[in-house]
Amino acid sequence: MSSLQMAALLSAPSSPVVAGSLRFVASSSTGRNGNALVVRSEVKIPTGLCARGVNLITHAVAEKTAAANTTDSKPGHELLLFEALREGLDEEMERDPTVCVMGEDVGHYGGSYKVTKGLATKYGDLRVLDTPIAENSFTGMGIGAAMTGLRPVVEGMNMGFLLLAYNQISNNCGMLHYTSGGQFKIPIVIRGPGGVGRQLGAEHSQRLESYLQSIPGLQMVACSTPYNAKGLMKAAIRSENPVVLFEHVLLYNLKERIPDEEYVLSLEEAEMVRPGEHVTILTYSRMRYHVMQAAKTLVNKGYDPEVIDIRSLKPFDLYTIGNSIKKTHRVLIVEECMRTGGIGASLRSAIIDNFWDYLDAPIICLSSQDVPTPYAGTLEDWTVVQPAQIVAAVEQICK
Amino acid sequence: MASSSLLRRAISSAPSSSLLRPMSARLFSSDETVLSIETSVPYTGHKIEPPSRIVETSPKELLSFFRDMALMRRMEIAADSLYKAKLIRGFCHLYDGQEAVAVGMEAAITKADGIITAYRDHCLFLGRGGTLVEAFAELMGRKAGCSNGKGGSMHFYKKDARFYGGHGIVGAQVPLGCGVAFAQKYNKEGAVTFALYGDGAANQGQLFEALNISALWDLPAILVCENNHYGMGTAEWRAAKSPSYYKRGDYVPGLKVDGMDALAVKQACKFAKEHALANGPIILEMDTYRYHGHSMSDPGSTYRTRDEISGIRQERDPLERIRKLILAHDITPASELKDIEKEIRKHVDDAIAQAKECPMPDESELFTNVYVKGYGVESFGPDRKEIRATLP
Repeated sequence: MSSLQMAALLSAPSSPVVAGSLRFVASSSTGRNGNALVVRSEVKIPTGLCARGVNLITHAVAEKTAAANTTDSKPGHELLLFEALREGLDEEMERDPTVCVMGEDVGHYGGSYKVTKGLATKYGDLRVLDTPIAENSFTGMGIGAAMTGLRPVVEGMNMGFLLLAYNQISNNCGMLHYTSGGQFKIPIVIRGPGGVGRQLGAEHSQRLESYLQSIPGLQMVACSTPYNAKGLMKAAIRSENPVVLFEHVLLYNLKERIPDEEYVLSLEEAEMVRPGEHVTILTYSRMRYHVMQAAKTLVNKGYDPEVIDIRSLKPFDLYTIGNSIKKTHRVLIVEECMRTGGIGASLRSAIIDNFWDYLDAPIICLSSQDVPTPYAGTLEDWTVVQPAQIVAAVEQICK
Repeated sequence: MASSSLLRRAISSAPSSSLLRPMSARLFSSDETVLSIETSVPYTGHKIEPPSRIVETSPKELLSFFRDMALMRRMEIAADSLYKAKLIRGFCHLYDGQEAVAVGMEAAITKADGIITAYRDHCLFLGRGGTLVEAFAELMGRKAGCSNGKGGSMHFYKKDARFYGGHGIVGAQVPLGCGVAFAQKYNKEGAVTFALYGDGAANQGQLFEALNISALWDLPAILVCENNHYGMGTAEWRAAKSPSYYKRGDYVPGLKVDGMDALAVKQACKFAKEHALANGPIILEMDTYRYHGHSMSDPGSTYRTRDEISGIRQERDPLERIRKLILAHDITPASELKDIEKEIRKHVDDAIAQAKECPMPDESELFTNVYVKGYGVESFGPDRKEIRATLP
């Protein structure tokens, strides 16, 4: 199946399906159905960290019959996360003329994190719009434009600035589809970097996912690798619902090799980072890397953690998470949100509601402290979860 | 202070407007003869040359104004009774007194142009082609309502007529309206968007932000301040240091219009549309008045005198103005106008009866339209399961 067909499959409304089979729409292991749907297995093991020494297939790709002969020995191309976001955005803007970008310094300046670099010269000032510093109104304008059928991508230079647009995001973006009885759709994407950076100070280190998670009608996803950044960007733009794409300030320079072929990921799906047996560690965004670092230590100590990057913050992919809990019976949630009212808090209660019988130990949720992020480096390190704490928590759970 | 200046304006709106052409007695109501009528109050411009005071209209148009405004008036008064009978709950903001703005605006534009407003939206919905049954059903929370009963009084929408609602948060609709104007420019539609707001919302920062962006990008956005002089209970002189709302755009031109004169409104909107398509945003301030309080829970008499209200009703009522014009030009006899009003009253009563028969939305409707359907899932919460609650 060509990528165009896959894209059509993704964007067409399907007949009601059971939650279980949904995960195979966009990505599943090959061989599940005879069709050569372009699929991606979410199994991804960093080389060298293979607990049982078994050769696992890291990318299950349906190869084209005329395989592209690249000059490199490996398929795909290498790029940084912000370039992957740009590639996704560029491809979508090329494909659909109604996609436009609005934000501060996204046009001529190229974006404060270079995500939109070069797009203004390619698409012009009407499609890549430099706005004044007026988050409330340009987010509102993006929503108004979306009501008519345009697909704006609104960038908050830092997610924290979008708090000024909270009214527009909550009341208009999230609710208009409902209050108009389904008349208006809001296919908007709101994206931007958030999270705790390197001593950026309290106001520039906010984690908006905890504030926005209650808004009905919004979908939230968090990217963590160049591969899922591009896929989620494309999926978010194609979605008919308003999607908030959370990027992280510290992850923009991650380098990875991604496929040349076009791919779109599912917005509601979690990613299996490292399969394991002893404990399920649920995480997202930057904390994924802290978890993987802790995983190295844990493996040396003899534990076998299963690491899942939940990616979809609203709704949670309880299918993947549930299957993992069934297997391991122990859950650790590692997040960057504050303890009070964070994503971890919601995830924990969702797991208790659904999978109580499978749990052998209390769920531990490691989150940031309920404090404004301090400037001093040492204090800032103590605000967020560190690998050592993750190791200690796993040891406690697995006692 | 405020009331006397209102009354001063009211006295000058004498019905004996100057006629520029002699009319023969008893014209047919569908006659397309052009009547040139002078508006009673001149326009005031800010950084722009105001349009002429002479408005061209026809007997047919005057009668349609009368009919539409009488319908709107009747609907709002019926809504008042329904609210007191507890069939309408929550918030209900009535538009009677301000009908001329809705009707005059519709006369100047097409359905390709967009309108967005705040919560005083019942009459604008009617003006955009909404039916009475849809309106009453929505007010009573029935499934047949324009938003399937899920929006309520403050959330009337009509997508096919480009009526973008219906918004509860004061001022938030103006950036939305500028966004619609942006889309119109992006798609090269050659249409404009009217973003309506009140004198209370005129002090919102997001208005000025949106105006700045619209002026920078030359968007065909027309910001219309429906100045009924009271932001709920606060008079305009207590809320705004500069109550000249048409001037508040600074670099954006503005026009002050007598909002109780449907013909003046029509002329101003036509003028504004031409301006916006050529030059970018413009502000219109409609000097209007609401007879009811801010909403049904506000008696409307604690912050203004009953004399003021009845004074405006006597001197500046938009419906009466059109009636006097029709009678002065001998378009139809007074008895026929009374018949039209009776017919409208019956029409409204029938619509209410019909709306009362409509069923409430089904339980399953609670979860529809939260998300646009994709992958066949109706709605989901933080856990992937469809939420199904059994309601008592």
